Amino acid sequence: MKKFNELYHYFFQSTKGLILLAMSAIAVISAVWGTLSGPMVEWGVRDVVVGLTGMDLTSVERSGRIVMLYHVIAMIVVAIEVYMMTSIIPMRKHQQSTINATVTVGWITAMVFGLTFGYFGHNYFYHGLFLVGQSLIFFSGLLLAAAIYPWKREYLVTNNDYAHTKSGYDLERIALFVMTVAMLISAGFGAVTGSFWSNGHETFLAEDLIREPGKTALQKSIIGHLHIMLTLIAVSITLIVGRWMDWKGKLHKVGMPMMIIGIAVISAGVWSVVWTHMAHTFIYVGSVFVMFSALLLVIHSWGKLIKDRTAELGLENPTFLQKFTALFHDPIKFGPFWQMVFMNFTVSGVGIFMAIKLEQIFRVWPAREERVTLTGHWHILSALVATIIIMYYIDISGVKGKTRKWLGWILIIGSDIAFAGATIFSMKRLFVTEYYEQPLVNMTMLSIDFGLGAILVLVAGLLGWRLIDLFKKDDALWEKEVKDPELDIIPTAEMTQEGRDKIRAQMEREGL
Amino acid sequence: MKLIKVLIPFMILVSFVLANDKIEYVDTGVDPDAWITIPAGDFFYGQHNHIKTTVEYEIMATHVTNKQYAAFLNAALEQKAVYVKNDTVWGFHPGDPFDHYLHEFEIPAGDYPLVPINVPGLRLNYSNGEFTAKKGYANHPMVEVSWFGANAYAQFYGYRLPLEIEWEKAARGTGTRPFPWGDHIEKNRANFISSHNLFEKMFGDVVKTTPVGFYNGESHNGYQTLDNRSPYGLYDMAGNVKQWVGDDHKYVHYRYMRGGNYNSYELYLRVWVRDSAGPEHTSMMLGFRCARNPVVEVEAAPADSVVTE
Repeated sequence: MKKFNELYHYFFQSTKGLILLAMSAIAVISAVWGTLSGPMVEWGVRDVVVGLTGMDLTSVERSGRIVMLYHVIAMIVVAIEVYMMTSIIPMRKHQQSTINATVTVGWITAMVFGLTFGYFGHNYFYHGLFLVGQSLIFFSGLLLAAAIYPWKREYLVTNNDYAHTKSGYDLERIALFVMTVAMLISAGFGAVTGSFWSNGHETFLAEDLIREPGKTALQKSIIGHLHIMLTLIAVSITLIVGRWMDWKGKLHKVGMPMMIIGIAVISAGVWSVVWTHMAHTFIYVGSVFVMFSALLLVIHSWGKLIKDRTAELGLENPTFLQKFTALFHDPIKFGPFWQMVFMNFTVSGVGIFMAIKLEQIFRVWPAREERVTLTGHWHILSALVATIIIMYYIDISGVKGKTRKWLGWILIIGSDIAFAGATIFSMKRLFVTEYYEQPLVNMTMLSIDFGLGAILVLVAGLLGWRLIDLFKKDDALWEKEVKDPELDIIPTAEMTQEGRDKIRAQMEREGL
Repeated sequence: MKLIKVLIPFMILVSFVLANDKIEYVDTGVDPDAWITIPAGDFFYGQHNHIKTTVEYEIMATHVTNKQYAAFLNAALEQKAVYVKNDTVWGFHPGDPFDHYLHEFEIPAGDYPLVPINVPGLRLNYSNGEFTAKKGYANHPMVEVSWFGANAYAQFYGYRLPLEIEWEKAARGTGTRPFPWGDHIEKNRANFISSHNLFEKMFGDVVKTTPVGFYNGESHNGYQTLDNRSPYGLYDMAGNVKQWVGDDHKYVHYRYMRGGNYNSYELYLRVWVRDSAGPEHTSMMLGFRCARNPVVEVEAAPADSVVTE
């Protein structure tokens, strides 16, 4: 019973346990639901899974099921980012506990009843509880926004290396706050539209609207919603791993204002798609700011990796080769920022190329090819975010030595092979005609299956190791994590005397 | 980029080795000249089952075949309704209404490409001014035909391309089924990516079309098929090759394609799923069938009832 209580405390009250719980949920969903499409259908695995689980895959309801599935997964990813944010942004303990508890109950409720509604039978009870789960996650976002409200004098930057205003307000906190508020508003764009379709009935997938000349405001709202939510999830993980790498100095001071402007402009641009034809112009401008800021983070991080490693080796004047080797020494810390660079080739680059070639490509390519490219690029962005989270989690778990290197390089190489394959597949019409496409299709499909397969095996191994650890009698990692539950970072701001006074006064009021 | 430059020619070479465009003729016993009458009335349209109505019309039981299209080209060439220039068959299109909408692509009256002649996916030969179907492909669906080419065929014979609404009703009947034959799809029910049918087994990945009416419940050279007819009796309304439909879509002028093809996953074979492209688009996965208005037979009045002054 004591161990059970400790495990409960670990999984539901410690940041590290909460992240592990959420990652495990995504892994299980990916393992089971991944068998319902692609080569798994060809191999007959889907039929076995459907037979065992009793899933109802009625053909006409496919769009609704897909909507449920990716909302469930996205909610869990958002929860992971919330756990990380409440750990790295200075806030009061009770705020962290309340936010984490609310978002946890939210994603578990949304997951259980969303998937039940989508795959095991419709009734309003399931759908209603799915909405309750989503509402709790939204409410935790409101609590988070309130907790990290940056214009109060409780938390100020005291170290001049971190970006701040003249009054000492923390610009990184402002960036995270703007991102949180933008995400809450953007969630509203989805919620309003979802409500209109009477609890999810008459659903559609946004990619099926691409060639509709007269989209309704609600259809545009959904298209905006999905784009901005994914963008903000990517922005959020960028800021989180920036703190992991202790982003500071001039690059931080230039990067943070750009990130704040970028988030605000890009969000406003995406929302404006409902009303204006100018949305893409705003989005391009905002993207330039966000991507430039991310570039500064990459430069900082790689510079830090080189500096730290060469210092560790005692090299006072390292050669270019020594610096180059130092950069790749730790793939777990090199990887997230490489993925941000790689993202430009497989996501942003593809998007910009398609936008430039709009007339040539879309007048000639059938909608199905355009659809593949569009769905491809946002699946790749989602998966890139996932690999960054996994890499950070490997670091959180304290994996060291050769295992750390193996895991890091498998993640980088496996995912990049898969995403490069997916990008070439989606753009294949530029290289090869239909008649000669089969070898290219076979090669790219093989690279996608190989790369994703490698990552899935890696994640299974990682989580299997954590599962075994739960049953260890001595020297269990989870027990150490209970004692040290927070992420190991250097905060940008510290609590001021004013903040301490406030807490003291509150405690006195409550008789503590 | 260098890797791609090396890989692409290699893959093209492999494709040539794999390619074999001489196949056996398989007689399915289905008549490509058959027409089916679709009665007037309501039916469930689209994924969300909106009720729509059509008047009575007739539609071909199968795709237009290579043999039929070759016959059309020869007749049209003779009548100078079409001409061959730069390895392409051209024909006249009266143009689409133009509204100066944002990104609208103007299609004015003029000559447009109907069929590109020297593309490897085309199953027609052209020599001495005459078109013929390639050996074994006479009863396979005509492919590599643009919307202009499909429309020209229909117009030449006094037919038309079916409207989307007509196409879907012919595929679905008056029920709510997702596939023309029912609620579920089996590998040997239609020519789609999971079929691995007789032709793929015999000739590799390149030959993927099947003769019209192939999936009729009969066994062909040991490959047992299931009957894929729609409630009204149309073959291949899901799979084999996509089909152009007639509607011009205001502001964009894309033309829609229905029915999925041999490379599609099953979700694209559902009767309401659309694909679209500009009317000049051609593909080895794309063909068409025609519709026509029913002939109204006016009964002749008996001679003795005619009153003359």
